[in-house]
Amino acid sequence: MKQTGLKHAEEAPRRETLDRRQLLKGAAAGTILVMSGALISPSEAWGLEVVVLQPETMRTLVLMARDIFPHDRFADRYYAIACKAYDDEAMKDLVEGGIAALDAMAQARHGTPYAGVGWEADRAALLRQFDGSPLFAKVRGDLVVSLYNQKEIWAILGYEGESASKGGYIDRGFDDIDWL
Amino acid sequence: MATFDMNDDSVVVVIGSGAGGGTLGTDLALKGVKTVILEAGGRHEIEDFINDEWTSFGQLAWTDARTTSGSWRVARDFAGLPAWIVKAVGGSTVHWAGASLRLQEHEFKVKTTYGDIQGANLLDWPITLADLEPYYAKAEDRMGVTRTNSIEGLPGNNNFKVLEKGAKALGYKNVHTGRMAINSAPRNDRASCQQIGFCFQGCKTGAKWSTLYAEIPRGEASGNLEVRPHSHVLMIEHDASGKATGVVYADKDGNQQRQKARVVCVAGNSYESPRILLNSASSMFPDGLANSSGQVGRNYMRHMTGSVYAVFDKPVRMWRGTTMAGIVTDESKSDPSRGFVGGYEMETLSIGVPFMAAFLDPGAWGREFTSALDLYENMAGMWLVGEDMPQETNRVTLNHSVKDQHGMPVANVHFDDHPNDVAMRNHAYQQGSAIYDAVGATRTFPTPPYPSTHNLGTNRMSENPRDGVVNKWGQTHDVSNLFISDGSVFTTGGAENPTLTIVTLAIRQADHIAEQMGQGNL
Repeated sequence: MKQTGLKHAEEAPRRETLDRRQLLKGAAAGTILVMSGALISPSEAWGLEVVVLQPETMRTLVLMARDIFPHDRFADRYYAIACKAYDDEAMKDLVEGGIAALDAMAQARHGTPYAGVGWEADRAALLRQFDGSPLFAKVRGDLVVSLYNQKEIWAILGYEGESASKGGYIDRGFDDIDWL
Repeated sequence: MATFDMNDDSVVVVIGSGAGGGTLGTDLALKGVKTVILEAGGRHEIEDFINDEWTSFGQLAWTDARTTSGSWRVARDFAGLPAWIVKAVGGSTVHWAGASLRLQEHEFKVKTTYGDIQGANLLDWPITLADLEPYYAKAEDRMGVTRTNSIEGLPGNNNFKVLEKGAKALGYKNVHTGRMAINSAPRNDRASCQQIGFCFQGCKTGAKWSTLYAEIPRGEASGNLEVRPHSHVLMIEHDASGKATGVVYADKDGNQQRQKARVVCVAGNSYESPRILLNSASSMFPDGLANSSGQVGRNYMRHMTGSVYAVFDKPVRMWRGTTMAGIVTDESKSDPSRGFVGGYEMETLSIGVPFMAAFLDPGAWGREFTSALDLYENMAGMWLVGEDMPQETNRVTLNHSVKDQHGMPVANVHFDDHPNDVAMRNHAYQQGSAIYDAVGATRTFPTPPYPSTHNLGTNRMSENPRDGVVNKWGQTHDVSNLFISDGSVFTTGGAENPTLTIVTLAIRQADHIAEQMGQGNL
């Protein structure tokens, strides 16, 4: 995980402080918890330190990323990796402002911030309203590369990537379709 | 490899090293003509190519600034990237798919065949298929086009097998693995195809013909060819008699250089070639060099394109193997009873997950989109490519408010579909979907045109100097020692992938230039 910037939970400093209260607090947004300047995913065993943004903002951003491109076979960490670049001074105003606006929309409709809206369909409806905002456009556009250019995701989708070093597919099934 | 002095005014300067420039420059050198090829991009050899879509794009693609306007969707989704073409030695022959089809006889005389089409600036070519046939034969032999010269077709991959079964179920007759400039067996010191599946990222075995390794090194070995990478041409200069005298370019350090020339040949693709001519305006040629007709930059064509992807209940793994070795040609005739003139080809196409995410439905999000990508492994895909209508208002102009790294105004590319293009695309979507439905597709996706790869027509060939920019040899009507040597000379686009015709015209032009030089006319 080193190249991704995410840390396994074993390396994250405060896993031992996870308790029932915090687990419950995180439940509405799935399994990502906010603790001491980091996002923690106990189930996937990773932590992401958040330096510039409010950690809650990053958690909402990661959830929003999943709701934009929801793949049920993709773990949260791929979305977290895709969003890590937003923890940056140059992005701060855009992201904090955009997430605040999204949270306000969620508050108005559901009485809770975006991350507290429990059903994906309700969050997707909020995003349709949010579509067209600068943050939405930025995140959607970036995710096309930052999410789908992750090689681990290619494997989940069955895509095999580089092949020249393996001799191409001439002896590895370029014409192996058997159901036609 | 030769090196020539900047003040050597006996050289032919060729701008661009792709299908047109690379072929022309090599042929001239082999005929003993001293030739300098100026290439804006760098030189990346086979071992440098990368089997990774975005990384390769960063290595090879032309990503200098361009702007867009018009109603085409590319202007909205890829505003700064109207074309996906290459900036490197070899030009777009590095990333082309290899499909090598001759234009059809009627496609050289569309005004005569189709009649007047409202809004279309149709014109017959000043040459016929018969004029080009001997040169097509030379090009096919040289490029090693399968199904010509007794060269076997490529074996069909999974994506082809799906296409073939569906097309035959629909009653299509002309379905095969294409006429491809990709070796099905070793030939001309190049290896055979290993079914790598990254044709667009540069062929790692060299099985696919490219000027980079199949032509230019032969020219260099003659001692008459110098290729200068990182040489970005800014303008062409002329003397008081109106003859071209040389070329000003920015070198790799951004310093301006002036290469004198006896003859200048422009082969920078249909954006850069008119851009250079327009940027060479002078008091003698106030509207740009060779532009007395006002047609420089106009009649831009990009082929009617689109794709159909389909999902099945079982894996296809379309990415395995040669990207475009599969074709249905039955719809390429012109049959106005379908509701449009001209025709189109259906060709297998595959893109990897990274590009599929970017191109399947640009701007889309949510489960309708992700549920398609979730079944990437079960997808088959085809590209639709057909004749689009030339329109005077579809054009490349200089955008003086946006400058590139050399301070040169960038090309603005304006494009609106003609109603004939739209009717053809809808027909092609319907037929493409029907092919996959016939094999049990559970869902099909009409996919909008990608950033353009087939850029044509912005310096078109015409019998009458009022109607176009160059004559039947690619020589500009206005400046006798200035030639255009790329797809921008296409009078109309035809339905076929254009590279073979560009190479054919370049071979023919090289003969003509050498002959005229020999006779002292140039």
